Amino acid sequence: MYTPSNPNIVGDFVREWVPNLVAYLPATVQGYIPSAEIAALINVVICMVAMGVAGIGPVPVLIYMERKICAHIQCRLGPMRLGPHGVLQLAADIMKLLFKEVYAPKSVQTFLYYLAPILVVTAPFLNLCMIPFGKNLQVADLDIAIPFIIAVNGFGILSTMLAGWASNNKYSLISGMRSGAQLISYEVSFALVLLLIVMLAGSASLGGITESQSGNFWDWWIFKAPVLGLLAFVMFLISSTAELNRAPFDVAEAEQELTGGHHTEYTGMAFSMFYLAEYINLFTTCCVATVCFLGGYNAPCIGIAAVDGILNMVPGIVWFLAKAFFMVVVYMMFRWTFVRPRTDLLMALEWKFLLPVNLIMLVLGFVFVAFGLFLP
Amino acid sequence: MSNLPPGFREPSVEGEFEEYYLNMGPQHPSTHGALRLVIRLTGETIIEVVPHLGYIHRGMEKQAENLGYTQYIMMSDRQDYLTAIQNNLGVCLALEKGAGIGVPERAEYIRVIMTELGRIASHLVFYACYGGDLGGQTVLLYGFKEREMIHDIFEEVTGQRLTTNFFRPGGSRMDVPDTFIPRVKAFLAHLEKTLPDYDRLLTKNIALVERSVGVGKLTKEQALAYGCSGPVARASGVNYDVRKNDPYSIYSSLDFNVPVMYNGDCYDRYLIRWQEMYESIKIIKQCIEKFPAGPYRSKEKPNFKLPAGSFYAASETAKGLYGTYVVSTGGANPYRIHTRSPSFSNVSAVNAMAKGEKISDLVTILASIDPVIPEIDR
Amino acid sequence: MNDKELNTKEYAAKYIRNCIEGPINLLKGLTVTTKYMLNPKKIVTEQYPENKATLKMHERFRGNLEMVEDENGDNKCTACGMCERACPNASINVLPTKNIAGKKVLGKYIYHFGSCTQCGLCVEACPFGAIHFAQGFEFAAFNPEEFERVLNKKEGRG
Repeated sequence: MYTPSNPNIVGDFVREWVPNLVAYLPATVQGYIPSAEIAALINVVICMVAMGVAGIGPVPVLIYMERKICAHIQCRLGPMRLGPHGVLQLAADIMKLLFKEVYAPKSVQTFLYYLAPILVVTAPFLNLCMIPFGKNLQVADLDIAIPFIIAVNGFGILSTMLAGWASNNKYSLISGMRSGAQLISYEVSFALVLLLIVMLAGSASLGGITESQSGNFWDWWIFKAPVLGLLAFVMFLISSTAELNRAPFDVAEAEQELTGGHHTEYTGMAFSMFYLAEYINLFTTCCVATVCFLGGYNAPCIGIAAVDGILNMVPGIVWFLAKAFFMVVVYMMFRWTFVRPRTDLLMALEWKFLLPVNLIMLVLGFVFVAFGLFLP
Repeated sequence: MSNLPPGFREPSVEGEFEEYYLNMGPQHPSTHGALRLVIRLTGETIIEVVPHLGYIHRGMEKQAENLGYTQYIMMSDRQDYLTAIQNNLGVCLALEKGAGIGVPERAEYIRVIMTELGRIASHLVFYACYGGDLGGQTVLLYGFKEREMIHDIFEEVTGQRLTTNFFRPGGSRMDVPDTFIPRVKAFLAHLEKTLPDYDRLLTKNIALVERSVGVGKLTKEQALAYGCSGPVARASGVNYDVRKNDPYSIYSSLDFNVPVMYNGDCYDRYLIRWQEMYESIKIIKQCIEKFPAGPYRSKEKPNFKLPAGSFYAASETAKGLYGTYVVSTGGANPYRIHTRSPSFSNVSAVNAMAKGEKISDLVTILASIDPVIPEIDR
Repeated sequence: MNDKELNTKEYAAKYIRNCIEGPINLLKGLTVTTKYMLNPKKIVTEQYPENKATLKMHERFRGNLEMVEDENGDNKCTACGMCERACPNASINVLPTKNIAGKKVLGKYIYHFGSCTQCGLCVEACPFGAIHFAQGFEFAAFNPEEFERVLNKKEGRG
């Protein structure tokens, strides 16, 4: 059993050191500072800033990657004008979106209409707090991180349905209903796959899951449980793509059918909130995949001491980001290769294929754990 | 059912869902232009679709009454803009029939090569849009990539990529350049290497198969009743191709097959266009082998007149049967020109195909018909 | 596929077939996109304004109408009006004038570029080869009057 023995670097650093730092302040100031509370406050602020950076930071990178990868798949060059190879294109796009009027059409439900884009960015930030980016580099190491992530993902559905309902547009409404049905279904298999990992790792905290994979690269769950891990990884890819509402499972957005779906009526920053949430969600999901299947911040050691020494010298966060961005590339390849299934086919895929397979995998996982059928 | 909006006929469906109407188009990503479909739905199931046409009606047939015969060829470019060159041929065939002009052999070969290239270009756009409408954005770009290469050939030969305005009664406007045949050969070699890639990318994709097999069924009787032609009719088992059944130009001397399929669903309409592309490649190869020297146009007749009477000629464009009906009173201008455009009849069958399907299927069905709206509205 | 028409056995067969063939075909699709992504030679787009110097249109490209002029700026037009009659959308006005000898020559060759469809019938109709299509293709303008052009610099010589 994993016990969160590692101190939390962002949190605990401040918690432990700030009271001591206070001691160096002039005595007149010290008298006014209830030091423990200040320390907690500074801790919260630092965590918030860190999460803001971790959440918003990857988004420009992801959008640039998406544009370039999609362009190269499609035999194009992608953005090339602004900055070398178009790296500044996104800045221009953000400027454009900022200066656009946030306009609500007549007869929308104004409160819900504006609530939806605010809600939509909440969930990915909450999820991000659970992710261990490196050893001790984590905002909160909850013991129930996996159930928490599953629960928080519900916000995504809520905002999509709110946007669909409040827009007073038939296309948006259909989109809201579609995404509601789709996301609730795929929650099931998403949860079941993560449950399998919890069962194998014997811990529901992401730190614990990462610790359970320390060692060589075949100790990662994708390899450690032969075949089962790979199968679970594929299941995770499918159900998380649906969770992310990303092509090929973007039946809610479905530009060709529903002209953008739930965010048809949004403009300017309200629209870009949906856009932002999509990419933070993508990054968060890639992080969860990295933690659960690819060993988190563990270096891909190969069992030879000399090589492992060098690999271990690289900070964990580098390995983590490398793995996470590899996952991003995988998701992007999916998006730009496959065509979109119809809504009912999507449901059939979930209830007739993913769910039975996931249940069988749970049983198999039990067998694996009971008989210890893991790679050494 | 007097309280239904105009065009709707079906009785109301008893069920847990209320009926509602959805306006698809004229500005919608997958209506391929300014086509408006009013859909009557319960939930996501379609009860009835009523297409509304005329958003880009330009009165071409009326304008033609004030134009000379050769000037109308320019108008035909603006109908099916994806294969303008085939429309040029369709008009020229009718005018040649009326004026009794023969066509030299080389001109016939030029015509066949150019129109078959146009057919491949149109079917590539179909492939692109079919994939694109089903959500595969990459497919959209792949199809257009090779199609642009065909248009490069067109630009070199005719001077324009889309609005070619190339054929004239009695031949073509000018001879093909010397680089034409090697260029077509090189392109065909490239295409034969690339098409299997595209086939592998999309044809057996499970989402595409599940979304198109059995979707949008059109029986043979319905296809005939709606006057469908081209790949839409041939996918329903109507073995009719003007090139085979009523051969014009040199098609009777060429060896090619007319693919026919019998399920009448979207997948058959998709597959049939793939086979037609390969048949077109076969035809072009034969023409390149036999490509003769000689004059490219029978005689110069800039503003010729047709004898009084009415003339009709049909040709097979990528979309189906393209007919031109010319009525002449003997003057320099036609009394009336009517175009029988294949997309018009094909789109009229959309209600029969889409009944009982989902909204997503309507997109598939519309893409599988491959309509070109300027051709419908003229 | 309409599953309601299938019986249990057929449905099971289809289900198993889809489970096996589906992922294989999806992977085949992925190989295609990966191949295209990793091969920079397959990129077909051009960097347009940058490659302006090397960009050459085809010889027959129909851009804008121009008069064929010799080195002195003289044209071959006789103001016969064949092009005006050949034009389907009345984009050409040939305004003749009389020269000193009292002969009908070209005064102004007015070209309404805004309504021209570049069909090429005028060039075809001209019996003297006095007009041709130039290679230009950048014609965006702020003022619609820029599309009303007088093509000839000098009067025709008749």
